[in-house]
Amino acid sequence: MGLKSYLSGLFKGFYSLLVGLRVTNSYFFHPSRIVTQQYPENRKTLKMFERFKGEVILVHNENNEHRCTGCGICEMNCPNGSIEIISKMETGEDGKKRKAIDKHIYHLSMCTFCGLCVKSCPSKALAFGNEFEHAVFDRAKLDKVLNKEGSVLMKGVE
Amino acid sequence: MAEEFVHLAVAGTEGQDLEINMGPQHPSTHGVMRFVVKLKGEVVESVQPHCGYIHRGIEKMCESLSYPQIIHLTDRMDYLSAHINNEAVCLAVEKALNIEVSDRIKYIRTIIAELNRIASHLLWWSSMCMDMGAVTPYFYAFRDREKILDIFEETTGGRLLYSYNCPGGLMNDIHPNFQKRVKEFIPYFRKSFKEYDELVTGNVIFQNRTMGIGLLTREQAIAYGVTGPAGRGSGFACDVRKRAPYSAYDKVQFNEILYNEGDSFARYKVRMDEMLESLKIIEQLIDNIPEGSYVEKMKAVIKLPEGEYFQQVETARGELVVHIISDGNKTPYRVKFRSPCLSTLSVMDLISRNQKIADLIAIGGSLDLVIPDIDR
Repeated sequence: MGLKSYLSGLFKGFYSLLVGLRVTNSYFFHPSRIVTQQYPENRKTLKMFERFKGEVILVHNENNEHRCTGCGICEMNCPNGSIEIISKMETGEDGKKRKAIDKHIYHLSMCTFCGLCVKSCPSKALAFGNEFEHAVFDRAKLDKVLNKEGSVLMKGVE
Repeated sequence: MAEEFVHLAVAGTEGQDLEINMGPQHPSTHGVMRFVVKLKGEVVESVQPHCGYIHRGIEKMCESLSYPQIIHLTDRMDYLSAHINNEAVCLAVEKALNIEVSDRIKYIRTIIAELNRIASHLLWWSSMCMDMGAVTPYFYAFRDREKILDIFEETTGGRLLYSYNCPGGLMNDIHPNFQKRVKEFIPYFRKSFKEYDELVTGNVIFQNRTMGIGLLTREQAIAYGVTGPAGRGSGFACDVRKRAPYSAYDKVQFNEILYNEGDSFARYKVRMDEMLESLKIIEQLIDNIPEGSYVEKMKAVIKLPEGEYFQQVETARGELVVHIISDGNKTPYRVKFRSPCLSTLSVMDLISRNQKIADLIAIGGSLDLVIPDIDR
């Protein structure tokens, strides 16, 4: 290798380093181009997208009514057994006995958020919630009962 | 077997072979992968991969699940190209049932698959640079990957594992903002792609550490079944999107990137150029998404007719093949996944012999191994 090619290699290499430094320096002098979010300080303003799959919820309206009839299709479709439905027999206003939901148990620790339960629900009772801070000290806290205390089936849902 | 675990004392071992474990908990193996590396001084004599640390038995689990349920498991094989894995199973099931999905579904699947490929290559780029000691590229790539993940999160609900496909179509329609966001992303990414080139590709240290390192010839790539960017860096034209087009790939114009050098730098260049090709594909499709339903009418319980079904797709790492054997029930009799990373791993020993141990890391980075894809 001649002296000339050695020197040109040296300068070319040095120049390539300077080109790289130009990029990093431009960010150093323009802090407004930095896009980092300050979590958890921004918790109040942090809003997830509406379709974000944080957890499965049973939608209740303001009168504490839900749409779950206890048919068990979500339990059947779940690939990991994260949904358990305990049903009971209830007598309706017309005197007929019909199946109703006692407990809709959801094991968040086993859920993989595949979305099959929400998609397959025939009465559109289930939905995805946006809550994502699920860290707890006790694993038992991740087994949730989705139907609220004293909630009843919405009128007109079969 | 017991001799494998014997560690020789370093002092007074000049001229002797030294066996070290790289992994299973090593940051540059990108997962739980153990390489037993035999060294003579600083020179690698052989690399013996030991896989199985993250084996979950996905193929066996598939045998007890129905076809829509299988899809969420394929997310967890090559988690960086989760959407493309989902697509493979869906295409195989649709082929078995003789269902032709509408153009809208094909277009959306292709756009999301290409966005997924860019996101995957960005993560590869950042981690390869970090393997070689550059930390800044990691943050730059993750900044831009975040934009893609936001698009995914808005439409599919997931950031890494989407489960957006289902046999016969998609889980949801695209979000109203989807087209606008993708159109904003394309010029933004072209601009930041220039930064990547300035920052790393032209860098003299990077070039000296990758050029001529880890040579894989075309014949070796074919013999070992190395597909994807690693195979194309050796001149092996193996892009499934060109050879056997699926979804909307027969409707778009794009180039198959080929480099003939076969070294780490060629593999690097293939992936970098592929990101721009993916942008081209998205540009051609994003304005022309046809109207229509996002899911075809399917039976509530999907049963495949008896027989064998086969579908290949191009993931970000190479050729993924799904082979379903059905006996007519609602669960498959047997499912086999041919994952690209296992074949790529098999050349690790071949191409890193007589290289320096520091270059072994760079070679591993250029092959872009995803460990859950190897073990499944």
